[in-house]
Amino acid sequence: MQTKRMTFSSRWLPYALLAPQVLITLVFFVWPASQALWQSMLREDPFGLRSTFVWFRNFERLFADPHYLDAMKTTAIFSVATTFLAMAVSLLFAVMVNRMLRSRDWYTTLLVWPYAVAPAIAGVLWWFMFNTSVGIVPYMLQGFGYDWNHRLDGTDAMILVVIAAAWKQISYNFLFFLAGLQSIPQSLIEAASIDGAGRIKRFWTIVFPLLSPTTFFLMVVNVVYAMFDTFGVIHATTEGGPARATNILVYKVFRDGFVGGNLGSSAAQSVILMAIVIVLTVIQFRWIERRVNY
Amino acid sequence: MARIVMDDLHKVYPGGVKAVTGISLDIADGEMIVLVGPSGCGKSTLLRMVAGLETITGGTLSIGDRVVNTLEPADRDIAMVFQNYALYPHMTVYNNLAYGLRNQGVAKPEIERRVQEAAAMLQIGDYLQRKPRALSGGQRQRVAMGRALVREPSAFLFDEPLSNLDAKLRVQMRVEIRQLQKRLGTTSLYVTHDQLEALTLADRLVVLNAGRIEQVGTPMELYQRPETLFVAGFIGSPAMNMIEMGYLRDRGAAPSTLPAGTDLVGMRPDDMLLSAPAEPHLSLSGRVMLLEPAGAESHIYVSLDGNDQPITVRIPGLPTMQEGAAITLHVPLGALHPFNTASGRRVSG
Ligand SMILES: Nc1ncnc2c1ncn2[C@@H]1O[C@H](COP(=O)(O)OP(=O)(O)O)[C@@H](O)[C@H]1O
Ligand SMILES: [Mg+2]
Repeated sequence: MQTKRMTFSSRWLPYALLAPQVLITLVFFVWPASQALWQSMLREDPFGLRSTFVWFRNFERLFADPHYLDAMKTTAIFSVATTFLAMAVSLLFAVMVNRMLRSRDWYTTLLVWPYAVAPAIAGVLWWFMFNTSVGIVPYMLQGFGYDWNHRLDGTDAMILVVIAAAWKQISYNFLFFLAGLQSIPQSLIEAASIDGAGRIKRFWTIVFPLLSPTTFFLMVVNVVYAMFDTFGVIHATTEGGPARATNILVYKVFRDGFVGGNLGSSAAQSVILMAIVIVLTVIQFRWIERRVNY
Repeated sequence: MARIVMDDLHKVYPGGVKAVTGISLDIADGEMIVLVGPSGCGKSTLLRMVAGLETITGGTLSIGDRVVNTLEPADRDIAMVFQNYALYPHMTVYNNLAYGLRNQGVAKPEIERRVQEAAAMLQIGDYLQRKPRALSGGQRQRVAMGRALVREPSAFLFDEPLSNLDAKLRVQMRVEIRQLQKRLGTTSLYVTHDQLEALTLADRLVVLNAGRIEQVGTPMELYQRPETLFVAGFIGSPAMNMIEMGYLRDRGAAPSTLPAGTDLVGMRPDDMLLSAPAEPHLSLSGRVMLLEPAGAESHIYVSLDGNDQPITVRIPGLPTMQEGAAITLHVPLGALHPFNTASGRRVSG
């Protein structure tokens, strides 16, 4: 008789089977993470010749540093704006495509393309489009009397990176929203329309609540993306400027560590980012456990 | 008030499927009409055209005194009970019932009153704060009914509302639906493929076949005088026996009373008697193939002498003969249904 529980003939076989996974985790996660933790408690002298162990001094300094607190605020604004824009636009696309009968597959295919474009290339694309001297967007905005300059104006720069970052994520969100919409039984929509709800009302009282599992999942994914996966976009467009207006935490780690050479502080920042990722991951797993919330 | 009139309704789906081809029907206020027919004959399509969920591609439809061809479902003053109930899964039972009223802008105390009243009528008062997934199939069915009731519409539309229930519950809900409908006196259009459900629920029965009406009438009219071969075969269980006129002639049993043009003679299983009646009748002999006791009644399957055609006989109680025994069946001439195969219709004369 076969039981559910696997039994191995050799005592060592299960360990051997697990070993590659454990090894990869050790080499690519545990080791760098512990390095970062260790480094975050060191302080290097200006010439990088010797370092001293300073306990949590690097963290204390960070939280007293107005630039760091600014970067946190910038990150919050950037993440929320990117998530909102990426989700709102993709939901709109999904709703529109879901209503099509014949051309649905065509649109779906076309809308997925941006996901295949490398972040740096996409960044260059946006850099050209918004370029203050040769770009099409500033040229058109000029027509409306708006003087676009993301190299001088912090708000313009923020809008640029939000659009560029959100654009990348729309394909992904779109696919999930479309699948979510298609899993809502047509008869519910019909029942609601007989119950006197117009198109808009049906969307907000039936469709949107029934999409909430998808929406919540995407929200976490998008926040994680905006916070950690947008380095390429920012590097190719604004490089964190002007005057740190788009200097989000991830970019600041790079700037302080690799450009500024302050490895201790940079490591401390990475540790904080790691803590944020862990919290977001836990939230997401918790939620997946009880997926259906209605 | 809520008379429903269909005048030459047509439905062609975008792909070119002709689902409904020229249906005319006049439904009186308060009447319970059952649409019955085999799967794919266009019952749901017709019902959904009345509901406003499918566009009407030809003809006119009026509810009350208004032509509603192009009105939105919400503006037709109808309520529908779906086959899968279509309850809003994220709302409590109370909110499921109240949703339509809120959309209509009914005042809060009035909503409360109507929901409580419907809940009492359907005995779902205890579940008002539950979500649909915490209910059994029967309870969901009641909630779906309740959602239609609270609206106090001028017509109810039912699309096979009982087909997802087990046999016992189905009978119980059938009775309840009929009682409710009679009490409220609301015009109703009920779709089913189950002829027993159709016979027991209907004031008038509409038999559909391939998108058109075969026959309209009371259940008794359809049972006693089916106008087409299709209706004869569809209504009644076990189905009507069909015997060719040629066979009867060969056996010298052809009655002279049948109208000219008859080439197929229908006989209900209950009209085939084991002992000769006093009235004029014809007699057929055969052999018992199989006995099938079914509680209060029994079915005898007989193979006729000469062509081995199987015939079903229904008798009350238990059969007394043995399988394999010779048997003679007697059919009163008044119980014969004369048909013409070429036209597919009853021969009247
Ligand atoms: N949305 C649709 N598009 C195309 N054809 C359809 C659609 N719905 C139903 N049909 C076709 O119309 C015919 C009648 O369907 P329906 O009204 O659902 O039958 P019933 O309810 O009697 O089983 C069938 O041949 C079916 O395949
Ligand atoms: Mg159907």
